[in-house]
Amino acid sequence: MADKKKKNLPPSAQQYQSFQSKREVKRPVFKNCLKAFFVGGFICFIGQLISTFYIYFFNFTEQTVGNPTTATLIFLTMLLTGFGIYDRIGQFAGAGTAVPVTGFGNAVISAAIEHRTEGFVLGVGGNMFKLAGSVILFGVFSAFIVALIKTIFIQWGGM
Amino acid sequence: MIFFWAFVVGGLICVIGQIMFDVFKLSPGHTLSILVVSGAILDGVGLYEPLIDFAGAGATVPITSFGNSLVHGAMQEAEKHGIIGVITGMFEVTSSGISAAIIFGMIGALIFKPKG
Repeated sequence: MADKKKKNLPPSAQQYQSFQSKREVKRPVFKNCLKAFFVGGFICFIGQLISTFYIYFFNFTEQTVGNPTTATLIFLTMLLTGFGIYDRIGQFAGAGTAVPVTGFGNAVISAAIEHRTEGFVLGVGGNMFKLAGSVILFGVFSAFIVALIKTIFIQWGGM
Repeated sequence: MIFFWAFVVGGLICVIGQIMFDVFKLSPGHTLSILVVSGAILDGVGLYEPLIDFAGAGATVPITSFGNSLVHGAMQEAEKHGIIGVITGMFEVTSSGISAAIIFGMIGALIFKPKG
Protein backbone atom coordinates (compact mmCIF):
# COMPACT_ATOMS: atom_id res chain seq x y z
CA MET A 1 0.00 0.00 0.00
CA ALA A 2 2.86 2.35 0.83
CA ASP A 3 4.40 1.87 -2.61
CA LYS A 4 1.15 2.63 -4.38
CA LYS A 5 0.86 5.86 -2.45
CA LYS A 6 4.43 6.81 -3.29
CA LYS A 7 3.98 6.42 -7.06
CA ASN A 8 1.33 9.08 -7.23
CA LEU A 9 3.44 11.69 -5.45
CA PRO A 10 5.78 14.18 -7.10
CA PRO A 11 9.54 13.41 -6.80
CA SER A 12 10.15 16.04 -4.15
CA ALA A 13 7.48 14.51 -1.95
CA GLN A 14 9.02 11.06 -2.45
CA GLN A 15 12.39 12.38 -1.38
CA TYR A 16 10.81 13.99 1.63
CA GLN A 17 9.09 10.75 2.61
CA SER A 18 12.27 8.68 2.50
CA PHE A 19 14.07 11.44 4.40
CA GLN A 20 11.31 11.56 6.97
CA SER A 21 11.17 7.80 7.46
CA LYS A 22 14.94 7.77 8.08
CA ARG A 23 14.73 10.51 10.70
CA GLU A 24 11.61 9.15 12.39
CA VAL A 25 12.14 8.53 16.08
CA LYS A 26 12.07 4.79 16.76
CA ARG A 27 9.39 3.84 19.24
CA PRO A 28 10.80 2.27 22.41
CA VAL A 29 8.87 -0.96 21.87
CA PHE A 30 10.36 -2.97 24.71
CA LYS A 31 9.92 -0.21 27.28
CA ASN A 32 6.33 0.38 26.16
CA CYS A 33 5.58 -3.34 26.41
CA LEU A 34 6.99 -3.44 29.92
CA LYS A 35 4.82 -0.48 30.96
CA ALA A 36 1.76 -2.04 29.32
CA PHE A 37 2.47 -5.34 31.07
CA PHE A 38 2.67 -3.85 34.56
CA VAL A 39 -0.23 -1.42 34.27
CA GLY A 40 -2.47 -3.93 32.47
CA GLY A 41 -1.53 -6.64 34.92
CA PHE A 42 -2.26 -4.31 37.81
CA ILE A 43 -5.75 -3.52 36.43
CA CYS A 44 -6.48 -7.26 36.11
CA PHE A 45 -5.14 -7.74 39.64
CA ILE A 46 -7.64 -5.15 40.91
CA GLY A 47 -10.32 -6.95 38.89
CA GLN A 48 -9.40 -10.18 40.64
CA LEU A 49 -9.65 -8.44 44.03
CA ILE A 50 -13.15 -7.19 43.15
CA SER A 51 -14.15 -10.66 41.89
CA THR A 52 -12.97 -12.28 45.11
CA PHE A 53 -14.90 -9.68 47.10
CA TYR A 54 -18.11 -10.46 45.18
CA ILE A 55 -17.64 -14.22 45.47
CA TYR A 56 -17.25 -14.07 49.25
CA PHE A 57 -19.81 -11.42 50.17
CA PHE A 58 -22.53 -11.57 47.49
CA ASN A 59 -22.67 -15.30 46.64
CA PHE A 60 -21.59 -15.02 43.03
CA THR A 61 -19.92 -18.02 41.45
CA GLU A 62 -16.70 -18.12 39.46
CA GLN A 63 -18.72 -18.14 36.23
CA THR A 64 -21.09 -15.26 36.99
CA VAL A 65 -18.66 -12.96 38.77
CA GLY A 66 -17.40 -11.43 35.50
CA ASN A 67 -20.48 -9.23 35.16
CA PRO A 68 -20.41 -7.30 38.46
CA THR A 69 -16.63 -7.00 38.20
CA THR A 70 -16.93 -5.38 34.78
CA ALA A 71 -19.59 -2.98 36.04
CA THR A 72 -17.50 -2.01 39.08
CA LEU A 73 -14.40 -1.44 36.97
CA ILE A 74 -16.36 0.79 34.58
CA PHE A 75 -17.71 2.74 37.56
CA LEU A 76 -14.15 3.32 38.80
CA THR A 77 -13.20 4.34 35.24
CA MET A 78 -15.96 6.94 35.28
CA LEU A 79 -14.46 8.55 38.39
CA LEU A 80 -10.90 8.44 37.02
CA THR A 81 -11.98 9.76 33.62
CA GLY A 82 -14.07 12.53 35.14
CA PHE A 83 -11.19 13.80 37.25
CA GLY A 84 -8.81 13.58 34.29
CA ILE A 85 -6.56 10.94 35.87
CA TYR A 86 -7.24 8.18 33.33
CA ASP A 87 -5.76 10.15 30.43
CA ARG A 88 -2.53 10.64 32.32
CA ILE A 89 -2.24 6.93 33.15
CA GLY A 90 -3.13 6.17 29.53
CA GLN A 91 -0.30 8.32 28.18
CA PHE A 92 2.11 6.42 30.38
CA ALA A 93 0.79 2.91 29.82
CA GLY A 94 -0.48 2.83 26.23
CA ALA A 95 -2.21 -0.49 25.63
CA GLY A 96 -2.02 -1.30 29.35
CA THR A 97 -5.06 0.90 29.91
CA ALA A 98 -6.69 0.49 26.49
CA VAL A 99 -6.99 -3.31 26.35
CA PRO A 100 -8.73 -4.00 29.71
CA VAL A 101 -12.46 -3.31 29.83
CA THR A 102 -11.65 -0.01 31.56
CA GLY A 103 -10.36 1.24 28.20
CA PHE A 104 -13.74 0.45 26.64
CA GLY A 105 -15.43 2.32 29.51
CA ASN A 106 -13.05 5.24 29.13
CA ALA A 107 -13.75 5.50 25.39
CA VAL A 108 -17.51 5.69 26.03
CA ILE A 109 -17.39 7.95 29.08
CA SER A 110 -14.81 10.43 27.78
CA ALA A 111 -16.78 10.80 24.54
CA ALA A 112 -19.95 11.40 26.58
CA ILE A 113 -18.31 14.05 28.78
CA GLU A 114 -16.52 15.73 25.89
CA HIS A 115 -19.61 16.21 23.74
CA ARG A 116 -22.04 17.39 26.41
CA THR A 117 -21.49 20.99 25.27
CA GLU A 118 -23.32 20.06 22.05
CA GLY A 119 -26.41 19.10 24.04
CA PHE A 120 -27.57 15.85 25.51
CA VAL A 121 -29.45 14.40 22.55
CA LEU A 122 -27.18 15.21 19.63
CA GLY A 123 -23.94 15.58 21.61
CA VAL A 124 -23.89 12.92 24.29
CA GLY A 125 -26.35 10.54 22.66
CA GLY A 126 -24.89 10.79 19.20
CA ASN A 127 -21.21 10.60 20.10
CA MET A 128 -21.16 8.20 23.04
CA PHE A 129 -20.22 5.17 20.93
CA LYS A 130 -18.09 7.04 18.42
CA LEU A 131 -14.90 5.26 19.51
CA ALA A 132 -16.31 2.16 21.18
CA GLY A 133 -18.79 1.43 18.39
CA SER A 134 -16.27 -0.49 16.32
CA VAL A 135 -15.59 -2.82 19.26
CA ILE A 136 -19.30 -3.57 19.64
CA LEU A 137 -19.85 -3.95 15.90
CA PHE A 138 -17.01 -6.37 15.26
CA GLY A 139 -17.55 -8.17 18.55
CA VAL A 140 -21.21 -8.80 17.84
CA PHE A 141 -20.73 -9.66 14.19
CA SER A 142 -17.84 -12.08 14.75
CA ALA A 143 -19.67 -13.64 17.70
CA PHE A 144 -22.70 -14.09 15.44
CA ILE A 145 -20.63 -15.87 12.78
CA VAL A 146 -18.83 -18.07 15.32
CA ALA A 147 -22.01 -19.02 17.17
CA LEU A 148 -23.83 -19.66 13.89
CA ILE A 149 -21.13 -22.03 12.63
CA LYS A 150 -20.97 -23.79 15.97
CA THR A 151 -24.75 -24.20 16.18
CA ILE A 152 -24.94 -25.60 12.67
CA PHE A 153 -22.19 -28.07 13.50
CA ILE A 154 -23.90 -29.19 16.70
CA GLN A 155 -27.40 -29.45 15.22
CA TRP A 156 -26.67 -31.07 11.88
CA GLY A 157 -23.23 -32.47 12.41
CA GLY A 158 -24.15 -34.41 15.52
CA MET A 159 -21.07 -33.27 17.37
CA MET B 1 -2.10 -17.90 43.38
CA ILE B 2 -4.93 -16.83 41.07
CA PHE B 3 -3.96 -13.22 41.81
CA PHE B 4 -0.50 -13.84 40.39
CA TRP B 5 -1.83 -15.51 37.23
CA ALA B 6 -4.45 -12.79 36.79
CA PHE B 7 -1.62 -10.25 36.84
CA VAL B 8 0.59 -12.18 34.41
CA VAL B 9 -2.08 -13.22 31.89
CA GLY B 10 -3.78 -9.81 31.93
CA GLY B 11 -0.40 -8.16 31.49
CA LEU B 12 0.51 -10.41 28.59
CA ILE B 13 -2.74 -9.66 26.73
CA CYS B 14 -1.96 -5.94 27.15
CA VAL B 15 1.55 -6.57 25.77
CA ILE B 16 -0.02 -8.15 22.66
CA GLY B 17 -2.09 -4.97 22.28
CA GLN B 18 1.00 -2.81 22.77
CA ILE B 19 2.90 -4.77 20.10
CA MET B 20 0.01 -4.18 17.68
CA PHE B 21 0.25 -0.44 18.50
CA ASP B 22 4.00 -0.12 18.13
CA VAL B 23 5.21 -2.80 15.72
CA PHE B 24 2.25 -3.04 13.33
CA LYS B 25 1.30 0.66 13.82
CA LEU B 26 -2.42 -0.04 14.18
CA SER B 27 -4.81 2.50 15.68
CA PRO B 28 -6.39 1.69 19.07
CA GLY B 29 -9.72 1.11 17.31
CA HIS B 30 -8.23 -1.52 15.00
CA THR B 31 -6.32 -3.17 17.84
CA LEU B 32 -9.36 -3.47 20.09
CA SER B 33 -11.52 -4.76 17.23
CA ILE B 34 -8.95 -7.45 16.39
CA LEU B 35 -8.72 -8.46 20.06
CA VAL B 36 -12.51 -8.74 20.39
CA VAL B 37 -12.74 -10.85 17.23
CA SER B 38 -9.93 -13.11 18.41
CA GLY B 39 -11.69 -13.50 21.78
CA ALA B 40 -14.84 -14.62 19.96
CA ILE B 41 -12.91 -17.10 17.81
CA LEU B 42 -10.98 -18.46 20.80
CA ASP B 43 -14.26 -19.16 22.57
CA GLY B 44 -15.63 -20.74 19.40
CA VAL B 45 -12.85 -23.32 19.43
CA GLY B 46 -13.21 -23.75 23.19
CA LEU B 47 -9.92 -22.28 24.38
CA TYR B 48 -11.12 -19.22 26.28
CA GLU B 49 -13.03 -21.00 29.03
CA PRO B 50 -9.95 -22.90 30.30
CA LEU B 51 -8.05 -19.59 30.30
CA ILE B 52 -10.70 -18.03 32.57
CA ASP B 53 -10.50 -21.02 34.91
CA PHE B 54 -6.75 -20.60 34.99
CA ALA B 55 -6.35 -16.81 35.23
CA GLY B 56 -9.68 -15.51 36.58
CA ALA B 57 -9.89 -11.75 36.10
CA GLY B 58 -6.72 -11.87 34.01
CA ALA B 59 -8.90 -13.32 31.27
CA THR B 60 -12.25 -11.66 32.04
CA VAL B 61 -11.05 -8.05 32.40
CA PRO B 62 -9.30 -7.58 29.00
CA ILE B 63 -11.57 -6.71 26.09
CA THR B 64 -11.09 -10.18 24.56
CA SER B 65 -13.58 -11.49 27.11
CA PHE B 66 -16.23 -9.27 25.50
CA GLY B 67 -16.09 -11.39 22.35
CA ASN B 68 -15.97 -14.52 24.48
CA SER B 69 -19.10 -13.70 26.47
CA LEU B 70 -21.00 -12.64 23.33
CA VAL B 71 -20.41 -16.09 21.87
CA HIS B 72 -21.28 -17.64 25.21
CA GLY B 73 -24.66 -15.90 25.45
CA ALA B 74 -25.46 -16.80 21.85
CA MET B 75 -24.54 -20.45 22.39
CA GLN B 76 -26.58 -20.71 25.60
CA GLU B 77 -29.74 -19.56 23.83
CA ALA B 78 -28.91 -21.58 20.72
CA GLU B 79 -28.95 -24.75 22.80
CA LYS B 80 -32.51 -23.97 23.92
CA HIS B 81 -34.08 -22.44 20.83
CA GLY B 82 -31.90 -23.45 17.92
CA ILE B 83 -30.61 -21.06 15.25
CA ILE B 84 -32.85 -18.15 16.29
CA GLY B 85 -31.25 -18.23 19.75
CA VAL B 86 -27.99 -17.03 18.22
CA ILE B 87 -29.57 -13.62 17.73
CA THR B 88 -31.82 -13.44 20.78
CA GLY B 89 -29.14 -14.56 23.22
CA MET B 90 -26.25 -12.47 21.93
CA PHE B 91 -26.16 -9.94 24.79
CA GLU B 92 -27.39 -12.28 27.51
CA VAL B 93 -24.06 -12.67 29.33
CA THR B 94 -22.30 -9.47 28.39
CA SER B 95 -25.13 -7.05 29.11
CA SER B 96 -23.43 -5.60 32.20
CA GLY B 97 -20.43 -4.20 30.33
CA ILE B 98 -22.50 -2.28 27.81
CA SER B 99 -25.24 -1.18 30.18
CA ALA B 100 -22.66 -0.07 32.75
CA ALA B 101 -20.80 1.90 30.08
CA ILE B 102 -24.02 3.62 28.96
CA ILE B 103 -25.31 4.33 32.48
CA PHE B 104 -22.03 5.58 33.90
CA GLY B 105 -21.32 7.49 30.69
CA MET B 106 -24.58 9.37 31.14
CA ILE B 107 -23.94 9.99 34.84
CA GLY B 108 -20.41 11.14 34.02
CA ALA B 109 -21.74 13.55 31.41
CA LEU B 110 -24.19 14.93 34.00
CA ILE B 111 -21.62 15.39 36.77
CA PHE B 112 -18.33 16.27 35.11
CA LYS B 113 -17.41 19.19 32.90
CA PRO B 114 -15.15 18.68 29.87
CA LYS B 115 -11.56 19.72 30.44
CA GLY B 116 -9.11 21.54 28.20
